[in-house]
Amino acid sequence: MSQTPQTFAPVESSDPMVVPKRVAMVRPDTRPTIRRREEKWVMTFPHLIIREVIMFMLVVIGLAVVALLFNAPLEGLANPLETPNPSKAPWYFLGLQELLHYFPPVVAGVVIPGLVVVALVVIPYARINLVAGPLWSGDRKRLTTGITAVTGVLVILFSTFQCWAIVVPSLIVAAAMFLARSEGSGGSFRRFLALVTLPEWVMTWFVLVAAILTIIGTFFRGPGWSLVWPWNMYPPA
Amino acid sequence: MSSLTLSTLTAWVRNSAVYRSIIRHGVADTNRNRSLVIFENLFLHVHPVKVREKTLKFTHTFWLGGITMVATFVLFATGILLMFYYHPSVPQAYRDMKELMFVVDNGVFYRNMHRWAAHLMVLGAMLHMLRVFYHRAYRPPRQFNWVVGVVLLLITLLLSYTGYLLPWDQLAFWGVSVGTNMAKEAPLIGKPLRFLLLGGNIVSENALLRFYVLHCVVLPAVLMLFISVHIWRIRKDGGVQGPPEKDPGEEVEP
Repeated sequence: MSQTPQTFAPVESSDPMVVPKRVAMVRPDTRPTIRRREEKWVMTFPHLIIREVIMFMLVVIGLAVVALLFNAPLEGLANPLETPNPSKAPWYFLGLQELLHYFPPVVAGVVIPGLVVVALVVIPYARINLVAGPLWSGDRKRLTTGITAVTGVLVILFSTFQCWAIVVPSLIVAAAMFLARSEGSGGSFRRFLALVTLPEWVMTWFVLVAAILTIIGTFFRGPGWSLVWPWNMYPPA
Repeated sequence: MSSLTLSTLTAWVRNSAVYRSIIRHGVADTNRNRSLVIFENLFLHVHPVKVREKTLKFTHTFWLGGITMVATFVLFATGILLMFYYHPSVPQAYRDMKELMFVVDNGVFYRNMHRWAAHLMVLGAMLHMLRVFYHRAYRPPRQFNWVVGVVLLLITLLLSYTGYLLPWDQLAFWGVSVGTNMAKEAPLIGKPLRFLLLGGNIVSENALLRFYVLHCVVLPAVLMLFISVHIWRIRKDGGVQGPPEKDPGEEVEP
């Protein structure tokens, strides 16, 4: 046990709002939700339940309004002989479909989504995600080399496939990481950047790339998966 | 009998033997009865009787899991209504869409609501996952619940994807064709898996029936199972976890 035990004084009270003092033995493998200082507690009913009911109503009303204003799309009867150009998957797969433009199908359709799922699953079991401090709090020289090397490899790899939609965000994130290096100086944004941990940088990079690929795939791809403006997606025949 | 007002009527109902047999506790005007509201109710007893006050703040969780859950409720409700008018066969499925849109009372409204709630569920699940990540709420003892959450995200995507085919229009047919062509590329299991999913080598009538069964029976059942585990684990792991403590000394870390 790493904590010094606090002095224990028995408390007797008939006030129902008083939380009884508890003695806790915290072993390294147990729950971290035991806190040193008591917090304020409130009754679930009505405080939480009323908020849940309001949230429920707001979401249902919001959906109803959207459903009244916008019709769900419905095109002509499915025809296996007439392929629309472009034919697109649902929006959440368009990032992957966009990758299909740059990489062989086995990479875009199997390897990359597989890696993403594995990476998501292992997050809470990887030590770096549990103990990481602000990015530049460690060995600065090693970190500079590391970031430069990883960014370099990513940029060269994706540049050979001419996948600028990944190269550009990678460069932006790397630049932001170096911008975070000069903590103390600069405005509140820089001070905020200085506190970001390595796992958060990696996740931000991933989200940025996924969002950009999805947006390009959804709005900027037309016939033959060519780059078009959103209003030219289906040109008149 | 004295004059009939709302309060005397409510009191009469509350004191009746039938009401007391269903709801055993009295009016929630004492903390004892407020506790009983929670733990004498099957649907509310996933909650603890008391919660930390700071967890009520909007920015604690942004309600993202809750919003996703509400979208799920809406999808179940509207989905059941849509099922009354839907035949999973070609080309009747498409005709049913037209019927829903132009003949059935409020059919277009329920179809729209189902569609937009599905988008909300996918988006909500993604944002919820990001919120949990940036709040570092996946840390012990919540590791396993994070994994359950990843499984729930995948089930959500599969639900949305199987539902995408059901209208049997060009959008549905080619959207699913593009997706399942990608699955084909997986080494060894790709082609057999695709055959199993589609009931053939192309998206056809068999695929429609299989996607219908997956969408309306199999995946919702699996979803409910994993949601139960997810919510039960939130409670067992110490309640919703918001942003990390500002002062690390506040928290006893393993």
